[in-house]
This record gives sequence, C-alpha cells and structure tokens, in this order.
Amino acid sequence: MLIGKPSGIPSSEITSREDYFRYLSRRRFLKGAAAAAGAAALGANQFIAPRTVQAGTKLQTVQSPLTTTGEQLTTYDDITHYNNFYEFGVDKGDPAKNAGGLPTRPWTVKVEGKVAKPLTFDIDDLLKLHPLEDRVYRHRCVEAWSMVIPWVGYSLSEFIKQCNPLPSAKYVQFLSYYNTKVEKWTYEDATINWPYSEGLRMDEAMNPLTLLTFGLYGETLPNQDGAPVRMVLPWKYGFKSAKSIVTVRFVDKQPPTTWNDQAPSEYGFYSNVNPNVDHPRWSQKTERRIGLPFYAQRRTTLMFNGYTDQVASLYNGMDLRRNF
Amino acid sequence: MNRKTLILLKTLTWIACLSIAVRLAWGMVSNDLGPDPSAAIAFATGKATIWLLAITLAVTPLRRLSPRLNWLIKFRRLFGLFAFFYATLHMLTYVALYSGFDLNAMLADVAKRRFITMGVAAYLLLLPLALTSTTWAIRKLGGKNWNRLHKLVYAAAICGVIHYWWQVKTGVITPLTITVVLAVLFLARPVTSWLQRRKKRAAVAA
Repeated sequence: MLIGKPSGIPSSEITSREDYFRYLSRRRFLKGAAAAAGAAALGANQFIAPRTVQAGTKLQTVQSPLTTTGEQLTTYDDITHYNNFYEFGVDKGDPAKNAGGLPTRPWTVKVEGKVAKPLTFDIDDLLKLHPLEDRVYRHRCVEAWSMVIPWVGYSLSEFIKQCNPLPSAKYVQFLSYYNTKVEKWTYEDATINWPYSEGLRMDEAMNPLTLLTFGLYGETLPNQDGAPVRMVLPWKYGFKSAKSIVTVRFVDKQPPTTWNDQAPSEYGFYSNVNPNVDHPRWSQKTERRIGLPFYAQRRTTLMFNGYTDQVASLYNGMDLRRNF
Repeated sequence: MNRKTLILLKTLTWIACLSIAVRLAWGMVSNDLGPDPSAAIAFATGKATIWLLAITLAVTPLRRLSPRLNWLIKFRRLFGLFAFFYATLHMLTYVALYSGFDLNAMLADVAKRRFITMGVAAYLLLLPLALTSTTWAIRKLGGKNWNRLHKLVYAAAICGVIHYWWQVKTGVITPLTITVVLAVLFLARPVTSWLQRRKKRAAVAA
C-alpha cells in the first residue's frame, strides 16, 4: 500500500512549528538576557528612553483550507529583518531597528464613511471577533523579491460584515498609523504624503483570501511587520497590504493610494502580481526568493502570485495591462 | 614622503579597497549576505564604485589646498582602477544574478529601462579610462590628449549618480549624500583655479 506524502517537498525542507517555537523561545531568551545585561550596563542613563521590549504573544489559532502548501517558509528572522515600512526608514533593516516606539497598546481601529454608523473597534475585541487562522501565503514585493510567510488572521470579510457598509460603499480605504514623533523617518528619509493610504474594490475586500492579519509564526506581529493589525493580499504586490491600520473608510469612489499618488506610471491602483506587465524600471517576470543563497534566489513569477484560481474571476473582462 | 611610508600607505590602500570584495566573496561562500544576497552584492558593488570615483575626483582639489598634499597624486590611479574594478563586479552582478545571462533580456532592459541604460553608459565611459591607465598609454597619447580623454570621468560620475537616482523609488532621497559630495568636488575645481589665479596676480603685483 502506498502511504502518500502530503506534497512533493522533502520533509527536511519544511520547518515544523514545534521546531520554530523552540527556536523562537531560545532566541527570545538570549535576546532577553542581552537586554537585561544591556540595561544593567546602562544603569540609570537618562538619555536612553526606557523601552519595554514587547515579546510576541502566542496566539490561539485554527487551521485553514486557504493556506498555501508545498512552499519552504521564509525564516522568522528574515521576515522580521527585511521590511519595507518607510515610516521607520527606507533601508530594509531600518524598521526592525526603529519601530520599537510604535505604541501598539492601547490601539483602536476607526470605521467611517459609507457605513450605517461610524464605529471604533479595540484591538483586543478585533482579536476575538472571529477565530484566528494560520495562513501561509506567498508574498511578492513590487521590487521583485518574495517570501513565504505563515500569517495569522481571518478573512477581512468577517470584519466588514460587522461594519454594516451601505450599498453606496464601492471601495475600502485603509489608513496607517502616522505620528512624526514616533516616525521621524517620514520626513528624514523620503518625501511622501503621509499617512500611508491603501485601498481595495469592495469585491476584492470581500474575497476570502483577503486577510485581516494580527500575527505571524503563531505570535502577534512584531512592530516592524505592521503591528498590531495589517492587511495581507497575497495576489497583489506587497505595498497594497497596509500596515498598522488605524482607520478603515468605506467610500464610493476609488480612494487615493500612497504609491499610486507618488508615481502613477509605476504603481497602479490594482497592482496585481503579473509577470506579463513590467514595472517601467525592471521586469516582473522573475523574482528573488529571500533567504536563499545568491545562486538559488531567482525564480519565475506566477500570475496573481499563484492565486489565479481564487482571484482571477474578480478581473473578468478587465484589461490587466491598462489596469495594472 | 619617503619610500617606506609610501609603500606602507599603498599597501593599506590596497587592503582597504579590496576588503569590500573580500567581505562579499566570503559572504557568498558562507551564505552570510543577509536575507537578499543578490541585492546586497549589487548594492555594495555599486556603492563602492561611486564612492571610489568620488575619492578619485577628490585628489586634485585636495592637492590644490596645499603643495604638501602633492603626494596624493600617487594614489589617484589606484583609486580610479578600483572604482572600475567594482563597476565591473556591479555589471557582472546584473548579468549573472539579475538577468541570468539571458542576452535578450539584457538588450530589452538596456533599451527599455532608463536606469539600466544610464548604468551601462557610465560603465562604457569608464572603460576607455581604465584601458588607458598605464604609463605606456599616457606616454603614447601624450599628456594633453590623455588629460582630455580622462575628462570623461566627470561624465561617468554624473551618469552613475543619475543611475542611482533613477533606481530608487520616487521620493526616496538616499542618493542625496553622494550627489552633494560630487557636486562639491565638481565646484571645487573652478573655485580653486580662481583662487590660484588671484594669488598669482597678487604675487605679480607685489
């Protein structure tokens, strides 16, 4: 009798969750020890603001049929130290260094615009609104690099149902946290109109793949990955997935979005992953997988980042070359 | 400067200039170049090129500050050739790791993507300078012609900086530092020339 393996990936390539949590706890212990030693060495140094190190809290999760299988996960270390989060600096390593001051508790998400009644959700209520699911997704950046990330969250549609949007709500806009006291890099490193804004058409927002995300690797999000709550849209380029969301606005017209405003010829409103439509400055046919050796990074980019079955119907009859 | 000091300084310069390549090579072997090794190699070699070009271009203005700095000229060719060395590695990174040796993809890139076009232009401008860097070539061309040819280094530096600006996202201002440094070095030439002329005139009048 044949006992089938779940996928064609050798088991040695799959990092088990147990291994990961063991790895994480060891890492955290070392980090904690280092922090304690550092604090002792500094003594009562007044020039260094006291900063509580927020360890990732473990989240209770359930499995999901919408998870992506057969991919080697990117390591926790790479996911948390290779970030585009320009509010905290433009280098990939900057957010991990600079996002410590992001005040993730208390945190509320305001719901406004075309809704029956404006609402405010506390982050702890959002965490309990629906069972949290483990969802591994491929992540493709517009800069032609990619990761595979085990996110934790639930479909945005579950949240939208609680918001009672009016029939006139055709789009959803997400606004990120913005505070120049915490995020001085917003004016030091780049000239961008803050706060960061992103948006989706209503049917895209209601697609089950669209994930309202609270964690990764079974724990709450680290600040540099968009804590405490962010979007994840696996078939779109990464910048469409707004981080550290403070406002969800239902609107009747296509909302302004940050990178589209910044360079409309380079970043479209839809920004679906599409190997056939080049970025004006580079090809999107291939991508570099993060965490692999330099000779093994290059791989072919898939239409809709490999999620064609789930999302292609959203764009039936649309010219994806024009609506890039 | 005596011979011993010169040899010591040249050795140190070699070590400093090569250290970036050694670090990269070691990182490639031990897979220790961070999460995105291809990008790390491309960025490090590009940065080394433009900064070594800036150092090369700083030699003349510095010498004009004081005759005691004249010995710096002995290092200019070294810096210039190391700039070309890193430009070559930068180019090879693109050819191997970004286009996967696909000639059609490369030609399409050069034709379609202005930041790549500009990078290739900068490299092609540096190439004749590296080829004519030998003492034999200087003698063959004659000092005047050689000097005229090597004015291309300004064009190469300008192309390099434009290449950098066109590569980063709109609104990102990281290339600003090197742009300001090069602008200062470019302006230093007419300014120091003018100062020298004034000094000479004063000397004549006295």
